[in-house]
Amino acid sequence: MTITKGEPAAAPGAVQTAPDATAATRPERRSHVPADGSASAAAVEQARREMLHEGPRQRIKRTRIGADALMEALMLQGADTLFSYPGGVILPIYDILGDYPEIRHVLVRHEQGGGHAADGYARASGKVGVCMGTSGPGATNLVTAIGTAQLDSVPMVALTGNVPAALIGKDAFQEIDITGITLPMTKHNYLVRDADEIPRVVAEAFYLAKTGRPGPVHVDFTKDALQQETAAEHPTLEEVIAGLPGFRPTVEGHPKQLKMAAREIEQAKRPLILAGHGVLIAEAWDELQAFAEKTQIPVAWTLLGIGAIDETHPLAYGYMGMHGWKHVNRAIQSADLLIAIGMRFDDRVTGSVRTYAPYARIIHADVDPAEIGKNVAVEVPIVGDAKRVLEGLARLAHEVDPATRQPYFEQLAEWRRESEGSSWHGSGAWRDGLLSADYVIGRIGELTSHQATMVADVGQNQMWVARYAGFRRPNSHVSSGGLGTMGFALPAAMGAALGNPEAETWAIAGDGGFQMTSQELMTLAVDRIPVKIALLDNKKLGMIRQWQEIIYAGNYHSSHLPGPDFLKLAEAYGIPAFKATTTDEVDATIRAAQAVDGPALIWFEIAEEQNVLPMMPAGKGLSDLIETWGPEE
Amino acid sequence: MTADPSTEPAPAAHAAPPPARDLPGSGEGQRHVLVVLVLDRPGVLNRVASLMRARNFNIDSLAVSRTDREQVSRMTITLHGDAVRVEQAAKQLYKLVDVLKVQDVGATDQVVEHELVFVKVRATDQNRAEIIKVVELYKGRVVDIAPESVIVEATGTESEIDALVALLRAYGIKELVRTGAVVMLRGAGSIEEALKWEGPAR
Repeated sequence: MTITKGEPAAAPGAVQTAPDATAATRPERRSHVPADGSASAAAVEQARREMLHEGPRQRIKRTRIGADALMEALMLQGADTLFSYPGGVILPIYDILGDYPEIRHVLVRHEQGGGHAADGYARASGKVGVCMGTSGPGATNLVTAIGTAQLDSVPMVALTGNVPAALIGKDAFQEIDITGITLPMTKHNYLVRDADEIPRVVAEAFYLAKTGRPGPVHVDFTKDALQQETAAEHPTLEEVIAGLPGFRPTVEGHPKQLKMAAREIEQAKRPLILAGHGVLIAEAWDELQAFAEKTQIPVAWTLLGIGAIDETHPLAYGYMGMHGWKHVNRAIQSADLLIAIGMRFDDRVTGSVRTYAPYARIIHADVDPAEIGKNVAVEVPIVGDAKRVLEGLARLAHEVDPATRQPYFEQLAEWRRESEGSSWHGSGAWRDGLLSADYVIGRIGELTSHQATMVADVGQNQMWVARYAGFRRPNSHVSSGGLGTMGFALPAAMGAALGNPEAETWAIAGDGGFQMTSQELMTLAVDRIPVKIALLDNKKLGMIRQWQEIIYAGNYHSSHLPGPDFLKLAEAYGIPAFKATTTDEVDATIRAAQAVDGPALIWFEIAEEQNVLPMMPAGKGLSDLIETWGPEE
Repeated sequence: MTADPSTEPAPAAHAAPPPARDLPGSGEGQRHVLVVLVLDRPGVLNRVASLMRARNFNIDSLAVSRTDREQVSRMTITLHGDAVRVEQAAKQLYKLVDVLKVQDVGATDQVVEHELVFVKVRATDQNRAEIIKVVELYKGRVVDIAPESVIVEATGTESEIDALVALLRAYGIKELVRTGAVVMLRGAGSIEEALKWEGPAR
């Protein structure tokens, strides 16, 4: 039996043999992969050929227009991938796009998918992600993705077209005030009406997107600006900076503040480091580890701080917050000093601020001064880049002998044993022989040697990934934390796979989020982007169902979510798919998906009523965790 | 089972239950005046107003004008809030790329602060002279006289204007417009000179 028989037709040299384990445990009828020569496989191949403009391209001599200035500017900024969808007013760009083969154009199936793909690309690569859509609906479809990038400080440049300048404000066809819409949810935005402005504006957009606290920058071009002839030159970095006098982020922590922090660290008996996304953005993972080791301070992390330290490091303590580990939340609640680096004390992290970390003094370092003192009052504010601040703290701090922290470490170890032992089994699905999500995610982590890029969706699946995948590499975890955007995983994984092609890329999604953006399966198939999709199907909006069970007295309105036959769906897109319904099928299907040279999907039919526990009810504090629910054994 | 917070082992030094942590910005509010220097670029007023709305700050008054520097405009925003909350507003404003400088001058009395008001007051032959006298007491003046009304113009601090308006209310106010406060620091110090920007490249 070959499980990869439905490999999209032309994949020369693809691995065609399945691991032995697969053959032994997975009945063939479960694999609805499109067969060689099947209609869907052939259709994918045809679409691929047409899209790649195979055959000679007619080049004509022409003048340099605004759209050329844009493409040049993208290349000067090092952009190599553009996630986009065409439309009327950006046709001037599509008309010249073929002249810029250096930039890979990925034709997504919905602009939201393009936006999330640019986001995933940025998070996995550390570079600026670029997406594009047309005016009106194309632009509004990008809005959710721009908002996602804004809340998670992801460097992104979103490009849109708009109607010709003379038609702006006339309610022209597909005209919407998109810069008005994106104004409060971008780091900055522009409406460009003149081709001569394009080089400067695009250079500024990239500089703003990636400098200081990163974020999305939106640039809207009128159609005529894209079409006008222009000789405008591209600015130097110095010229860009000089043109932005209101943007001067502070990178170096103030020496006085660093000294104050070092004194606090010196005196603390139960200190804890809270590592956030800022550590990853600043590429400060080595500095974090060095500081933690020198001072012998354990490290807890936020959702987006996952990967800031190898989870197997002796000082790595765990994931904090609403669905974090109980031992981590206990450590926070009894700490006498919190050293928060590049995180923002979000409500999912603190719960009730009144009862948060009641014994702790707080050192808070962030590159964005507005984050400091916003949600919790702090004793030592440090404005600066996480890398610089951690370097500074490590320089000033004295080396600590681990023996002096023995009672503290023993307490932490005891809490950890207790909490890891009690909450693994979730709702008890495991006991009933049902397939449990935490098991599936643990196995994916294991079988990818914890080196894959894991892109989570939103909801229970996201919390299971955060808790059970086991992250060892920076930027190996991608998740929509701030905005909590369902439908994020599949398109973001598409971008992550292109942003870091060295790493195996997995999208982990629930059936709800998957159905929000599943049209991007076609992009994966045609562009042959090798994303492995783990679909955790509980036929529910799992987190909604969990809240309804625990907080709304079991009033399950609209959380039951019937889905299609996902094997047939994948087959229709020409993507090999596998299904697992029992625990002993998990490894075989994961290996089978890994063996596919290209995208693949695994449909895990998991327990329908599994809860993510412990859970901190909204409005409560970190000491008020619900640890078990339902009938006791 | 829900964990009982009292069972969380407290560090030995803290036998008593700890006090609740402060919520930043929840203190008693006072009036603050923010002076904001911005680049005079399209949409900058929209950016400032949108930010204040989105961050849940209520603007009491807003005055905008050019300065003597090319491309630099000045906004004067009055608002209420405790010091932490207003500092948060200032920090958020600083994040706008077009904002060059934000200074909270509300906590100092080292500023000259005035606003301008026009009040159209009902007037008759019997009380017109009386109205003019009241207005003069407040260093205001009548700038338009019609058979049944006068327009009063006055400048002063917010509370001075409030007091004048309260007096004029007795005659019947037909229409009123205030510019919102503008302020300037006393002495030689200058917010504009503190800008580390020489102006647009030529």
